[in-house]
Amino acid sequence: MDTANRQLADLHIALVGVPNCGKTALFNRLTGSRQKVANYPGVTVERKEGGFRDRNGRHYRVLDLPGAYSLSPTTLDEAITRDVVLGRVAGERQPDVLVCVADATHMPLSLRLILEVRRLGHPMVVALNRSDLARKRGFRLDVAKLATALGVPVIETVAIAPAGAEALIQGLASFEARGPVPAVEGGAVCDLAPDRAQTERTQQLVPQMLAEVGYREPLRTRAAARADAILMHPAAGMLVLGAVLFLVFQAVFSWAEWPMDLIESGVGAFGAWVGGILPAGALQSLLVNGIIAGVGSVIVFLPQILILFFFILVLEDSGYLPRAAYLLDRLMGGVGLSGRAFIPLLSSFACAIPGIMAARTIPSARDRIATIMIAPLMTCSARLPVYALLIAAFIPARAIGPFNLQGLVLFTLYFAGVLAALGVAWVMKRFLSKRSYHPLLLELPDYQWPDLRSLAMGLWDRVRIFMRRVGGIILSLMIVLWFLSSYPAPPPGATGPAIEYSFAGMLGRALHVVFAPIGFNWQIAVALVPGLAAREVAVSALGTVYAMSASDAALESALLPVISSTWSLGTGLSLLAWYIFAPQCLSTLAVVKRETQSWRYPLIMAGYLFALAYLASFITWRVTLALSA
Amino acid sequence: MSVAAHALPVPLTALPRGARALVHCVLDETPVIDDALHSTVGQRLVELGFVHGVEVEVVETMWPVGDPLAVRVRGSTFALRRREASAILVTLA
Repeated sequence: MDTANRQLADLHIALVGVPNCGKTALFNRLTGSRQKVANYPGVTVERKEGGFRDRNGRHYRVLDLPGAYSLSPTTLDEAITRDVVLGRVAGERQPDVLVCVADATHMPLSLRLILEVRRLGHPMVVALNRSDLARKRGFRLDVAKLATALGVPVIETVAIAPAGAEALIQGLASFEARGPVPAVEGGAVCDLAPDRAQTERTQQLVPQMLAEVGYREPLRTRAAARADAILMHPAAGMLVLGAVLFLVFQAVFSWAEWPMDLIESGVGAFGAWVGGILPAGALQSLLVNGIIAGVGSVIVFLPQILILFFFILVLEDSGYLPRAAYLLDRLMGGVGLSGRAFIPLLSSFACAIPGIMAARTIPSARDRIATIMIAPLMTCSARLPVYALLIAAFIPARAIGPFNLQGLVLFTLYFAGVLAALGVAWVMKRFLSKRSYHPLLLELPDYQWPDLRSLAMGLWDRVRIFMRRVGGIILSLMIVLWFLSSYPAPPPGATGPAIEYSFAGMLGRALHVVFAPIGFNWQIAVALVPGLAAREVAVSALGTVYAMSASDAALESALLPVISSTWSLGTGLSLLAWYIFAPQCLSTLAVVKRETQSWRYPLIMAGYLFALAYLASFITWRVTLALSA
Repeated sequence: MSVAAHALPVPLTALPRGARALVHCVLDETPVIDDALHSTVGQRLVELGFVHGVEVEVVETMWPVGDPLAVRVRGSTFALRRREASAILVTLA
């Protein structure tokens, strides 16, 4: 047959492999930057698809399935891998060919999974990844012998080398899309119920097969043993971890500050310029206060996201992150959190948005949800301006022993957030998953240098996800809030501030009924409405309500005497307590919606944060009233 | 041959840091990881390589009570909690 005329249909392939086998690096090598990152419908499991063309012009669609040790899943992610392989996911086409990615330097885990996949009788290829590393260690697997033993093609790949996947691409060319399924000997098993006896039989087979193809088990190098002795040491390891965490926190908190300031002043200057050339009116206001300010509020998060993910990817790729999770397991596991939750939670002290996005790197879906749900309880930097204003207004700068009372209050507010997070995590563990045990069973991969290409692509992924999918929601919310705060315009001859006559003002006054029992006055209630955009906006909104047009720097000093003279102590303390929980950050809720792919979690989050905030404020208000009476 | 070679199997958690032993078996009764997925710790331990006759080494343990601990098996290292590791019975090599 004339091959040039033959119409070749797209071939759908899926990469299957154990965690840490270099599967994602191979995926990046195959597809380059042509990747789509989304979620599987209704779950927090990441779906990565890409594509490439071979020399004959045939197109391949590649699915990077979540890493799985087995087709008998223990996590939601592994269940997705099994279901896609079996063609059980609605709307997901069953792959034409499974590419089983094996780590040539750590064969036992990979080979067991390959033998399990082979039992399905589905067309498959084995990609023997890291074969360069195996040769460096002085052995080369007998590819032909392994292929004969398995009854499927085996192809060597080197995911980190420029042409390392060429042989695999050529090998795939022989497969027909949706062609007749070549029967694999002993294949076509449909029942995948976990079967200990079967697994044990397979496991006895593994060392025999590996011995025949010349595999050599890696010895623990002296350097790795020495590194572990320090990094996993209960005391020294904790010190190193503390230093690493301090560095990450410092980076997200302060290194990101100047690019963020730059973006903010750039956006501000651009808005002022546009405002200058357009006549004052609705269009000018929409563009400057709605769209430009809205876009600015989205991209201002980018420096933090980039810096945070740079650290996470380096720590993950080098093999340090699982060891840190090992160190923290007793601490975090006690309240039902994964040891890996510490980086997302730590970065939530800067801002919950990069923190919640960082939860993507937690391997188990259940741990991811638990971490996402408590991330907003870490006091984010946006709450600092509010704290600063209220503490300066209501807490005297008195010395208590070696401490300053104002500093102590600030510390208490941070501490209360962490305490609440532990409590909420404990409650979730107690009531949401009480019937099952949550094991650690965490692989500690060999140390290695991070691959710069994978690092760059990982960073690019995060930026794209954030800009395209989260940015859209935040931007539209900003524009809605602009509309609510600007319309209707005040009647001619009105004396009060414009916001009082707007929808936001009406809403705030209506909400005052709700907030009166916790001591908030109507000005606070009104300021909380535009404060939905971001927590710190409440400060400038208060300025607007009190009809001040001072610039940001002068605003706090102008507001200070007004609120300290017109608010009672109880009102001030009550608002401080409210901000420990601060349920009103719409950007956070938007990210949660995107990350969990459902309204369920953002709604639960908003609900429980609101309830806790209300309760805390109510108690604070009542206690202060009783004590000052 | 030493007396230890004929000793009864002991849980992996009984080994100090740096000790090596041979896996005897993984207990049948192990905690259920996920009801809906019918998965148990025992099944996963077998999948990770804890099968009869395989050599294991306790490479690191955490204070104060050795929980979790890091175990090397067939060239890979895994961190296990005591609750998981106690399901693995070993005989001293």
